Amino acid sequence: MNDTQFVASDGRESVLRTEHLRIQFGGLRAVDDVNLEIKKGELYGLIGPNGAGKTTVFNLLTGVYKPTSGKIFLCGKDITGKAPAEINRLGIARTFQNIRLFNNLTVIENVMVGLSNSISCNIAQSIFRLPRHKKSEKEFYERALELLKVFQLDEYKDYLAANLPYGKQRKLEIARAMATNPTLLLLDEPAAGMNPNETQELMDDITFVRKNFGMTILLIEHDMRLVSGICENLTVLNFGTELAKGETAKVLSDPAVVKAYLGE
Amino acid sequence: MNRIAAFFKKPFIRRYANYLVIGAAALIFGLLSVTGALSMSNQFLLEQISIAVLLAVSLSMVVGFLGELSLGHAGFMCVGAYLGGKIASLLVSAMGVGESNFLVLILSLLIGGAVAALFGFIIGLPALRLRGDYLAIVTLAFGEIVRSVLMNLPSELFGGTLGLKTPRFTRQYLFIIALVLVLACLAVTQNLIRSKHGRAIISIKDNEIAARAMGIDVTKYKLFVFTISSFFAGVAGVLYSYTQSTVQSATFDYNYSIEILVMVVLGGMGSINGSMIAAALITFLNVKLQSVLKGDMAVLKDVIYALILILIVIYKNAPGLSAFREKYNFKTLTAKLFKKKETVSKNGDTVPVVQEEAKDE
Repeated sequence: MNDTQFVASDGRESVLRTEHLRIQFGGLRAVDDVNLEIKKGELYGLIGPNGAGKTTVFNLLTGVYKPTSGKIFLCGKDITGKAPAEINRLGIARTFQNIRLFNNLTVIENVMVGLSNSISCNIAQSIFRLPRHKKSEKEFYERALELLKVFQLDEYKDYLAANLPYGKQRKLEIARAMATNPTLLLLDEPAAGMNPNETQELMDDITFVRKNFGMTILLIEHDMRLVSGICENLTVLNFGTELAKGETAKVLSDPAVVKAYLGE
Repeated sequence: MNRIAAFFKKPFIRRYANYLVIGAAALIFGLLSVTGALSMSNQFLLEQISIAVLLAVSLSMVVGFLGELSLGHAGFMCVGAYLGGKIASLLVSAMGVGESNFLVLILSLLIGGAVAALFGFIIGLPALRLRGDYLAIVTLAFGEIVRSVLMNLPSELFGGTLGLKTPRFTRQYLFIIALVLVLACLAVTQNLIRSKHGRAIISIKDNEIAARAMGIDVTKYKLFVFTISSFFAGVAGVLYSYTQSTVQSATFDYNYSIEILVMVVLGGMGSINGSMIAAALITFLNVKLQSVLKGDMAVLKDVIYALILILIVIYKNAPGLSAFREKYNFKTLTAKLFKKKETVSKNGDTVPVVQEEAKDE
């Protein structure tokens, strides 16, 4: 491991770091020269107008797309170009802008899928119902239930995920992502489509996850109230490039950012 | 009666009811057969039903649970039928035993299944990178290729256009073995689905991108399901070769794959018991129609068969019939049955059970 990459400029541990990240679709540079640095325990915001390339950055970080050039480091380890499942195992978990739950599974089973890699039981052990299977299933159930309780979803545990109310579905996605035991949590517009009450509840949840699990979080968001309320640092993207970055209050008062959001 | 109702509501019994039903069928029909009370044609019918159930359950793993469309299931069955049949006849002459040798049957079942599984693995390796329609086309092509290659190979190898002569097992016992194989297939499928791996497989069907993001090794699971499904198709093929004196490659055409798919779809995607019931009913219908409609009337078979399928689909989906369905579905009918008994018997301790059921609806 390269120590110079693992420690950020101010001496805090760096969880995620991208260097000159770029992806090109044909003639379009969807993401161009993005340099992120997220420190341990930080709540970092990624904002920008529609089509700025925010979700594309997420897709690059989680391995859905492979960058045209540039590098991604997770805790100092180069994860550029790795497959999504492997990146998840290395410690990045995410939620989706348009909710992607497993609708044919129950709420608790959704969380159990997230736990898959942390509780071992191979296929033969399951098919032949060896003792390990029963033990692991018990562990799956208990750990999933524990997580659901943390997110106050335990009363819905036997609902099909599709039958949950919208706000709870968003919550379940976060719970499912947390089940994979990540070091970095990526939240893609968690407040999209939520009413003010739900947004407030979500803000509390995010703060709670951060405190309770010591989680480092990267957040994409449109809701400025949410962003200015909880994010410490921001990067603003516009047309795939970095428009501004730094402390939240400073960035949001930057004339260039205001112009990108509101026009001249 | 209430005691019986309560017995069937025990979680253990509910969970394993399908094993019990098949096991009971194997036992009862087996006894009937041994005592000579079961006619030849009914033994044949039971064999055919077992084969169809094996095919439907194995295909439902791919289509119903993994969510990939495979149109080449008969192709894997064909591999099993030819390979198993060939190996069985070789073994019979090499070991100098009768055609109904149990050891030969077991060996050819294993080898036929294993070779089909190998084919499944090899086809799956590139094909599972494709999605939706493309996978369907590749598997469809595979089925046709296997069939024509086996037919066009030199006739010393696999019998060519005349078909492969295969040994036959005593009909009296074969269907019992077939039912035991159904039990084994059911156990493997059900245990797989009701485990962490089953959840992973269903999560792939529901949302592949999210499954990947949750660290699920999608390719591994797809390949595994495809391979094991081919294995049981191969086993069904070997069984089939044992029920026929010659195996004709023309049997395993495109229509056969579709017929298996119809069983899975009619049974309800993602329901093992559903596909078993559908497989049994469709095969029953097919065999009975075949024996009833003789001579020129034989053409009517396909028409009646198609008509019944259309009626089932209409019944299942027509919006105009929804009230009728609500009133007369299996669940409400059984609930009504038990409720009536309860008022007659007026047995205090069973009342809560009945109320519980009413709440379920």
